[in-house]
Amino acid sequence: MGSVKETLFNPVFNDNPIGLQILGICSALAVTSKMSVALVMCLALTFVCAFSNLFISIIRNQIPSSIRIIVQMTIIASLVIIVDQIIAAAAYDMSKQLTVFVGLIITNCIVMGRAEAFAMQNPPGTSFLDGIGNGLGYSIVLMLVAFFRELFGSGSLFGFQVMPLVTDGGWYNPMGMMLLPPSAFFIIGLLIWALRAWKTEQVEEPEYEIGGHTALSRTA
Amino acid sequence: MAKNKDSMSNILVVALSVCFACSIVVSATAVLLKPQRIANKDADRNKNILQAAGLYKPGVTRGSDIDELFASFTLRMVDLQEKRVLDDAEVEQLGFDISRYDQRKASKNPDISKDLSTAEDIASISRRARYSVVYLLHDDAGQVDKVVVPVHGYGLWSIMYGFVSLQGDFNTVSGITFYEQGETAGLGGEVVNPVWRGSWVGKRIYGGDGDVALTVVKGRVDPTNTNAVHQIDGLSGATLTSRGVENLVGYWLGDEGFGPVLNQLQSGAI
Repeated sequence: MGSVKETLFNPVFNDNPIGLQILGICSALAVTSKMSVALVMCLALTFVCAFSNLFISIIRNQIPSSIRIIVQMTIIASLVIIVDQIIAAAAYDMSKQLTVFVGLIITNCIVMGRAEAFAMQNPPGTSFLDGIGNGLGYSIVLMLVAFFRELFGSGSLFGFQVMPLVTDGGWYNPMGMMLLPPSAFFIIGLLIWALRAWKTEQVEEPEYEIGGHTALSRTA
Repeated sequence: MAKNKDSMSNILVVALSVCFACSIVVSATAVLLKPQRIANKDADRNKNILQAAGLYKPGVTRGSDIDELFASFTLRMVDLQEKRVLDDAEVEQLGFDISRYDQRKASKNPDISKDLSTAEDIASISRRARYSVVYLLHDDAGQVDKVVVPVHGYGLWSIMYGFVSLQGDFNTVSGITFYEQGETAGLGGEVVNPVWRGSWVGKRIYGGDGDVALTVVKGRVDPTNTNAVHQIDGLSGATLTSRGVENLVGYWLGDEGFGPVLNQLQSGAI
């Protein structure tokens, strides 16, 4: 396995879980209408991803292959409950908005994917870093999406009003569309486009190419 | 090792020990953090009551400061079925601790709640608890200065829980808050927007006939309109949430809700 730096930062741009692997899209749609909420979600996911990788890697040589998925799920689910409880105790207002989505980290493909693909084969230290790296990769996409959605949807960043709204006597007429989940689809799509225009090696081969027009030549 | 790993005994040992370790960690966290979570929940509810009554000062976040402000309220338990305020002895007899009474939990208990028929259920809450708590704030002369009542009702996606505060005339709104809602962020979720909530202040709930006259209109209220005092600006892009808010006010301040009790309080019967 490569260096520490590689394990940690590869998932941010070169092998981004959302951008390249297209995993974990669901929560990227749900929690990105405000930056503060997205940030807490990113911290929660990074925590769960890093520690589930760590614990699964520690016991990877003991886990029987027939029940490995359920063992991974048990560890991930426990960590998610702990995170949810901590958020409820430390930041109650945040937890009111986020608790449903924190629970859904359990089913987040990134966490599960890293546990199965990485932590089962690698030592604990590297796995932990890989978890943090993938958490960062997820976070950077989420924060970018949230930045655009909050800025254009509410005219604010982290709740701080950047563009005064018409409803509050300002000049900015917010784009209601930006606050609805589908807008995240468009932004993620554009981000993936930008990422692949920059790093062209991420462009996938088309699975199917349309061939030449054969029907005409046959009838002629 | 590899062979042994997949043996039946190892499967059982790993499965059991993982479950055991995880259950200990999860339950320990839950137990350790429980007091903090309950305190947060209470503080959040009290903060919203203070906000509805306009007593909340921004920046007060510590639980003890909220408790101090909250201590100026008198709590009274209301029997919505018999439409009257209970005295302390009756509350004690029922076995409720008034400051900890959980109306939401009570509405799920068939002994102290009732199913609402479709005609009654304008706020789409399906069950209503028999007992509720109102919060009274007295002025120096001992007159009721403000009364805060809990309200809830269905919007577009979720049941919105909040408080409505009325002035001492039991008609003029002095504030409204929602402490729990799952409406669309930025559209229906704007029920928590301070500017919109501010537009409620000074509006009158009841019309000349004593029935709830307050409506949430589509778009902006025309101030020259004779009914403007009973009308609230609709939330743009959130027609169903706006209608939900209108319905929950109509229900909880109407005859099935706190209406009769508020009348008694106003006439000084209690």
